[in-house]
Amino acid sequence: MDGVRVLSKRFFPLGLLCLFLLLLATMPLYAQPYLVILLTTVFMYVVLTLSWAIFSGPTRYISLASAAFFGVGVYLSAILGQALPLPLVIAFGGLVSFILALFIGLLTLRLRGMYFIIFTFGVSELIRHFMLWWETNFTGTVGRFVVAVDQTAVYYVMLVIFVMTLLTAHLMRRSKFGLALRSIGEQEEAALHIGINVTHLKAITFAISAFFMGAAGAIMATRWTYIDPSIAFNPLSSFMPVLMAIFGGTGRLYGPILGAAILAFLEEVLITKFTYYYMLLFGIILIVVILFLPNGLVGLFKRR
Amino acid sequence: MVIFLDVVVGGLIMGGIYALIAVGLSLQYGVGRVLNVSHGEFIMLGAFATWSLYTFLGISPLVSLVICGPALFIVGFLIHRTLFQYLRGKSESIGAFADSSLLASFGLLFIIQNIALIIWKADIRGYSYLDSSVSLFGSLFSANRLIALLFAVGISLAFYFFLTRSRLGKAIRAAAEDPATAQVMGVNIHLVLAICFGLGALMAGFAGVLISMMYEIQPAMGLEYTLIAIIVVVLGGLGSITGSLIGGFVLGLIGSIVTYFDAGLSLIAYYVIFIILLLIRPTGILGN
Repeated sequence: MDGVRVLSKRFFPLGLLCLFLLLLATMPLYAQPYLVILLTTVFMYVVLTLSWAIFSGPTRYISLASAAFFGVGVYLSAILGQALPLPLVIAFGGLVSFILALFIGLLTLRLRGMYFIIFTFGVSELIRHFMLWWETNFTGTVGRFVVAVDQTAVYYVMLVIFVMTLLTAHLMRRSKFGLALRSIGEQEEAALHIGINVTHLKAITFAISAFFMGAAGAIMATRWTYIDPSIAFNPLSSFMPVLMAIFGGTGRLYGPILGAAILAFLEEVLITKFTYYYMLLFGIILIVVILFLPNGLVGLFKRR
Repeated sequence: MVIFLDVVVGGLIMGGIYALIAVGLSLQYGVGRVLNVSHGEFIMLGAFATWSLYTFLGISPLVSLVICGPALFIVGFLIHRTLFQYLRGKSESIGAFADSSLLASFGLLFIIQNIALIIWKADIRGYSYLDSSVSLFGSLFSANRLIALLFAVGISLAFYFFLTRSRLGKAIRAAAEDPATAQVMGVNIHLVLAICFGLGALMAGFAGVLISMMYEIQPAMGLEYTLIAIIVVVLGGLGSITGSLIGGFVLGLIGSIVTYFDAGLSLIAYYVIFIILLLIRPTGILGN
């Protein structure tokens, strides 16, 4: 009996997940086109937040460089969109972000706490201003057009990226790799002393999380069709994943997903009609969560 | 010679503003451990209050200094007394408080900026005040910029003497050095921290008033000034007030020189300096 209970406890969430994914995969067949577009945006935020949490959740290094990785994907999509097929463009978007993150990760080894936060933010702002300067001085136009892709295709690509991110995040939490990352978050010196290669581990994880952000940027660009440095490297893309992950709580895998999904859905519904009120509400939610829900929404369900 | 003077005076004007906003941020972070990313929003509030007072009531921006500064001090003081004091009491360590207060100030940024957008809309505003040209050693400068420079330097100096000479200034420096010991020595730490946060908002308000005299303003202007303030604070050494004052003028001069060659490169130059500095010497130019 006990064996059955253990088995059902283990396979029940898995079955539910499969059912849910099946529902999402067949969504464009019967749902309104508007819903498909809305869900694409929701998944974009979920991918950004979840991939942010892959690195920043266990290590407790708050990165504000998401906009840089996302924007690199957006720009690669604009540059390579005409020359290469879509899957290759997306792979390139992810790969270049991966390399950039590896480079930043190796540069910032000595920086901790506040220094790391402001450094990552400085890097993404530098890239934004540099691109703005470059485009006005050398390309002549500030913006670029991106080859448009069918909305349903965009949805499926985003869904695939989401599933890949989810799988990566899950496997990393379960593995020795994830345990090592958590030990860095708890006490970095101790992690170093028990033989964890802190340097490489941090840089690689940072790069993996950037890969998904770049891929998400590459596919989102095809939906926007027109981009410029302020859209691609919008600082909000750095803030939002942090805030959504905090809202959901980083203690569990579903925390960032839940936080991103709720806030992204709320944004999509409210932002066209009540932009300022939405952002105002967003600020209030953020402060309330920090004050009264230090573990996010996850903290509500988890018994202490 | 004329070009040289243009660049130097232009740099000092920018530098004066940078010094003001950086000192404010430095007080809030160096003493209170709050990296206040909503700092620029207080600058924006100061600027818009001045614009409203001038446009609708005809009140001179120099009078606004005395109105906006204290008003924002009260706002900042109350925010610290409620929000940040509660957070500080709840946090396990000072590092945890630094992280959670950073996130809370993101919340403040969204709240303040969007209230401003609801009140003033997203339009770019501006007014002309004392925009006649004044000749200085053969170079022409608009009067409002020279007045802004004078006030920025004056306020910075007054603030420096307040910190080094007054009793409250001593308490603030003690709290920055070691909050626990300062408390044992009879410093009311929560009060001092709230005053520091209020003073930071006051400095931001002053800077906002001066900025509105010279440039066009809009509700989303805050973040850029916050970032410049962070760069200056890192340049002068995180937490060092004197460093922030000097760093402000240094960055202003660098910006003015770069702008002379290519105006589009000034922000890029700031970030490049910032990143190199963080990598090579994170304690700042004056730090040990």
